[in-house]
Amino acid sequence: MLASLGLILLCQLIGEAVVRGLGLPLPGPVLGLLLLLILLLARDRFALLAHGPLRDNGIETASKGLLAHLSLLFVPAGVGVVQKLDLLASHGIAIVLVLALSVVVTLLATVLTFRLVSRLLRQQDAR
Amino acid sequence: MTDNPFSLWVYLSQSPLLWLTVTLLVYASTDAVSLATRRHPLANPVLHAMWIIGAFLLVTGTSYTTYFAGAQFVHFLLGPATVALAVPLYENRKRVVVSIVPMLVALIAGSVTAVVSVVLLAELAGLPRDVVLSLAPKSVTAGVAMGIAESLHADPSLAAVAVILTGIMGAIIVTPLMNRTGITDYRARGFAAGLAAHGIGTARAFQVDEIAGVFSGIAMSLNALVTSFLVPLAVTLLVR
Repeated sequence: MLASLGLILLCQLIGEAVVRGLGLPLPGPVLGLLLLLILLLARDRFALLAHGPLRDNGIETASKGLLAHLSLLFVPAGVGVVQKLDLLASHGIAIVLVLALSVVVTLLATVLTFRLVSRLLRQQDAR
Repeated sequence: MTDNPFSLWVYLSQSPLLWLTVTLLVYASTDAVSLATRRHPLANPVLHAMWIIGAFLLVTGTSYTTYFAGAQFVHFLLGPATVALAVPLYENRKRVVVSIVPMLVALIAGSVTAVVSVVLLAELAGLPRDVVLSLAPKSVTAGVAMGIAESLHADPSLAAVAVILTGIMGAIIVTPLMNRTGITDYRARGFAAGLAAHGIGTARAFQVDEIAGVFSGIAMSLNALVTSFLVPLAVTLLVR
């Protein structure tokens, strides 16, 4: 468990270091995600890597533990709303309406594009 | 017995322990309510934890800075949790590889819609320029959105608030909206949730269906990437 958490942190650390070092416009943890994914895929190919957290579902269990309470992790940033009460008092309704409309439009555009493209692809496969 | 209970409160209210405990206990109860209502969208645990803790801070006159000194330990885990998304992604890699083309096209369509719609609507609503700029990156995860807002000389803390509000509204609306469209493809539904509502949408997607959660996590990661490029471009083109 401890080694698994250590490995997760290490992936993030390397991700952050590379992103800062090279000035990449992507978040460090996203690069860390890619790194851990590559490690997991490499483990299946090279038995040498199947040690410590990469053995017996170590990293799998730790990751699922973290993801089980993903919502909780957004609470501290969410409480930050208290700092913006004056702005919300003056523009709150407009801001909430704009965000709500935009999120609905975005959800629909994304899901419909996804379905449309996967349907088109399947038709091509059938031919 | 302390001679002055007030001095005990003064001590505790300045310590990280109190606010970390409050965060965990309030969330544990709002999550229990969410579970008891069989994950009803309106019983969103983040939304209710947010206003309860916020009200508590206002009533006790505690500053957000003091609160965050305790809550930062929870906030910190956002990074490791993003890395941990590699595991469900790895376990479902076959389904992901098969869906790569629809995913990439939906990514572009969704990211452009997210940024363009919020900028146009905010301009239409007559919001001040710095508010418009701070709302623009609202569909990506908080850390990235704050970085984007900073680079535009907008308000990073307002960007964070916009991100959380978007996430919560997206998480509440996604299930009823998708049910109404009649789309039962959980890859597509999850992908939309993660793209429009980042981590809070992903947390919601994992509650509904594991495949939806996996695709939501991918959408959230990819969108962070695309939006970082897109927002500066959209702002130059669209904002007066």
